[in-house]
Amino acid sequence: MSDAALSVGPTAAGGVRAAPRAGWHVATVAATRRETPNATRLELEVEGWPGNAPGQHLDVRLTAPDGYTATRSYSIASSGPSRRVVLAIDKLPDGEVSPFLVDEVRAGDLLEVHGPLGAYFVWRPAASGADPRPVQLIAGGSGVVPLYAIAQAHADADDPSAFRLLYSVRTPADVYFADELHGLVAASAPFRLDLVYTRSTPDGWPLQAGRITREALEVAVIPAAERPLVYVCGSTGFVERVADWLVELGHDARSIRTERYGGT
Amino acid sequence: MSFITRGFSGRSRERDDRLPPGQTLVHDFPVLSAGPTPDVDTADWEFTIRTESGEHRWSWDEFMALDIEDVSTDIHCVTHWSKLGTSWRGVSLDTLFADVETEQEYVMAHSYGGYTTNIPLDELLDGKAWIAFEFDGEPLDPEHGGPARLLVPALYFWKSAKWVRGLEMMDQDEPGFWEQNGYHLHGDPWKEERYW
Repeated sequence: MSDAALSVGPTAAGGVRAAPRAGWHVATVAATRRETPNATRLELEVEGWPGNAPGQHLDVRLTAPDGYTATRSYSIASSGPSRRVVLAIDKLPDGEVSPFLVDEVRAGDLLEVHGPLGAYFVWRPAASGADPRPVQLIAGGSGVVPLYAIAQAHADADDPSAFRLLYSVRTPADVYFADELHGLVAASAPFRLDLVYTRSTPDGWPLQAGRITREALEVAVIPAAERPLVYVCGSTGFVERVADWLVELGHDARSIRTERYGGT
Repeated sequence: MSFITRGFSGRSRERDDRLPPGQTLVHDFPVLSAGPTPDVDTADWEFTIRTESGEHRWSWDEFMALDIEDVSTDIHCVTHWSKLGTSWRGVSLDTLFADVETEQEYVMAHSYGGYTTNIPLDELLDGKAWIAFEFDGEPLDPEHGGPARLLVPALYFWKSAKWVRGLEMMDQDEPGFWEQNGYHLHGDPWKEERYW
């Protein structure tokens, strides 16, 4: 992180790495685009942003004219020292904040953001000399956002270790970062993408639409014997199911990092 | 530095005095966990308090024979949701510490699965914390920390360690799992002690 201001959190027996300190920032919406029929990509230019690690999140605070505020957490789809921060926001049917961010926000708007946040659900390249560890990413729906940031950072780091994304999504139109993910597959990076469609598949797809099964998971993920680090992100039900199966399949619980999104 | 967000009016004006700043009322029960949910059988479960002078230990049956309290309380998660008036049953930390002699003032809670969180002892005593095993009249679900979790409602809910298996007394405050990973050492929701 070349021009990033770094500070160090509390040092602990486990060892805390230097991480950019979280703070409040003013973000200008630089661009918006429709990500899926139900989601929008927001590119923010964040004043004073110290950069962020792949997998981190931030809080967005909205303030109404009478002072009422609403704050929500969103995963960040980008990483590195840049002040350009990318979010991809799924519109929740009864949401208060996400419909505003998805449908109302336009280029030039200002938003308050707090971050970068979280130091556990992140991926960092192996230290020089250390053996890189294979990584298995498992996403349900919009849970792909932090995992896309990790996959892109891995490709940028020229890490030779096995790196796979298993991505469960409703329909082909609901795939986030579709062009970018297929670009990662096409590049020379050792990246593999396995898509599971739960509602409808592309024409000619060899499998029927349906929820991922334990058998399909076992086939798609890097075997436990290779000791992958596994990141799982999605709804609570998806994460609980997948994490339980991973443990049953012999993955070390300490090698499975989970992040769930709630209902608001 | 707060400013008005263009076009945002918000949905609800029923601001409840019981909601700390930055919190939103929810009616479901979201889950925040760093990893898989451990499978803990009450036949194998035990709870320990370790001090400078020794260890106190309870099996599940011994634990269930202690004084059990009904607790009604609000809970606040650092990820901006709160629930009001939740009902729990559990054993007060005052009961568990009744025969514990210690000069040490800080506690590290340890969980099945390896999770840890730190809390000052005086924020666990005098009716402020429980080991809870029932939520809403039902045994606590594993994904919410069953068979038993710490319940410290005055602090953000990551301090209420799920799948708790013991408390270790410490001479000084040291960060637990989330505290090493970006969350505040203390975690008072009314002061918005979310992150360091």
